[in-house]
Amino acid sequence: MAKELLLALCQDAPSAARAVEALERAGFPREEYEILSGAPYPEGAFGEKPVKHRVYVFPFVGALSGFTVALLLTVGTQLSFPLVTGGKPILALPPMFIIAYEATLLGAIIFTVIGVLFEMRLPRPGLGLYDRRITGGYLGVLVSCPEARRPQAEAALKEAGVLEIKRHPDIRQRW
Amino acid sequence: MEERRILSDTEINLDLLAPVYGTPRWFWPVVGLLGLVVAAAVGAFIWMLTQGLVVTGLNRPVFWGFMITNFVFWVGISHAGVMISSILRLAQAEWRRPVTRAAELLTILALLTAALFPIIHSGRPWRTLYWVFPYDFARGIWPNVRSPLVWDPAAIFSYLTGATLFIYVALLPDLATLRDRSLGWRHYFYGALSLGWRGMSRQWRLQALVGILLSALILPVFISVHSVVSWDFAVATAVEGWHATIFAPYFVLGAIHSGVSAVVTVMALVRYLYGWKAYIRPEHFDALGRLLVAVGLAWFYFFALEFAFGLYGQDGPEVALREMVVFQMPWAGLFIVFLLTAFFIPVPLWLFRRVRRNIPLMLLLSVLVNIGMWLERFLIIVPGLARKEPFTFVWGSYAPSIVEILLIAGSFALVCLGFLVFSRLFPLIPLYDQKEGQVLRQEVEVGRARVKAVIREE
Repeated sequence: MAKELLLALCQDAPSAARAVEALERAGFPREEYEILSGAPYPEGAFGEKPVKHRVYVFPFVGALSGFTVALLLTVGTQLSFPLVTGGKPILALPPMFIIAYEATLLGAIIFTVIGVLFEMRLPRPGLGLYDRRITGGYLGVLVSCPEARRPQAEAALKEAGVLEIKRHPDIRQRW
Repeated sequence: MEERRILSDTEINLDLLAPVYGTPRWFWPVVGLLGLVVAAAVGAFIWMLTQGLVVTGLNRPVFWGFMITNFVFWVGISHAGVMISSILRLAQAEWRRPVTRAAELLTILALLTAALFPIIHSGRPWRTLYWVFPYDFARGIWPNVRSPLVWDPAAIFSYLTGATLFIYVALLPDLATLRDRSLGWRHYFYGALSLGWRGMSRQWRLQALVGILLSALILPVFISVHSVVSWDFAVATAVEGWHATIFAPYFVLGAIHSGVSAVVTVMALVRYLYGWKAYIRPEHFDALGRLLVAVGLAWFYFFALEFAFGLYGQDGPEVALREMVVFQMPWAGLFIVFLLTAFFIPVPLWLFRRVRRNIPLMLLLSVLVNIGMWLERFLIIVPGLARKEPFTFVWGSYAPSIVEILLIAGSFALVCLGFLVFSRLFPLIPLYDQKEGQVLRQEVEVGRARVKAVIREE
């Protein structure tokens, strides 16, 4: 069945919490609505569950990749021009450690950012149903429900006293 | 936190985005002036390229002068930003909110400026690139990983990339705010940069998490960068005064001392220029002042150790170098100014709460520290080279030429210009962080008193 989107605009956090409670009473599961806000609120402020993610895997993968690249680069460049200096071994470990240290951390940092953006579901080509006032202090309750249940969702949100209910994206807002 | 004001999201947006949407009267004259200084530095650089390094004051045996001093200085300044931002994020310090963005920006601008100087200093920049980046595959000659000339770019590149990603991820919510408040090309520009951020709960949770993760990852890079810079000197065992065992931590602490002071300078100037008295408050300077007392004392301890180690070994040239720096002019004069400005004037004054909360005085003291710390780097680099060595045939001394002075002035103007350009495009104080501070503020009743507090998630 086709999903219908609704965006209820609330003036503040208490009215957004009331809208969430109204949706809960109307039997909408938590997966069918999402809070959009211009500032972070404490976890659970709107009944959301802890976020499941795999961000912690990414730094390890990045660190391993960075270390491998550094090892290949330092070993490869020294072996490709095997000039013995002062009777020392061709592979000089202390400088290799410096390069490997930097590359390991750089890999971890880059992969962490990639991982977080991936888990945030960014980049997103368009904003979809959204309202500019959300970054001005308003909160949005974005409901995604089967078409048949839209009137029920609208009624619950109106009863909770939301400011406005939008059904269509703003065509001027492409991003 | 009695000075904390209650502000609505709209007020925060209007106040902190004012520099993006409006132009203060001082803006263009200041940009013009800074642009002139940068242009003069570019002119000096081109002159140096055409004439060779002979137009600088560098001469045998002093081959490292103002430009390398400036490189070490700016790498040091770059340490403040991410250090402050990371440690305060990890410690969940409430007073970090107005400080972090400007501090992180300072890191990036200072690093970019620092990275220019070894390249300029080489006299033939294209050759530096040849030594550092492996592009000449045909002859099978690669950069020598045993050389600090390769370690430095590796460390600086890692730090610069990390710091840029750090500031970018923290900017995402603010870019969305800018996107929602702009039209035309700006709307597309901020829209593309904000990647479609909508402020979903999941995004906020992960945004907080990435701040902590990146803080933890970037701190080891931050420690390594100035350690590697110190090894530029420490591995040159033939130069007296350059190879104390504690050079790496001594350099790192010096970098923090100068960097945190630079953050104070920036915060005081930003507060004055943009009138952000409700955001950057005396309590923030108080906290930074307390941090500086600890950092200043730790740095001085390492400075004293380094000095003592030089004397304790009773190695003739090492002792003679310290005698020269302390008793012979002009080194002695510079040494006294360095000690007074970097430590003996500011640190005892910071012990007083009234001083720490006096913003003009804090500005003055932070500038003094950086004058002192610039001199410290000069006194580490040049006297060791200037001392007569047994196998040196030309015993020239060092005096900076106008070309070097213009280049140094240009570097300061470039960093200031970078700040002004950034402030025209992005908010210098994180909007969402301020808004979160307002969300979490609370009044708690303790007995008969009502205490203003900030609550925090565990």
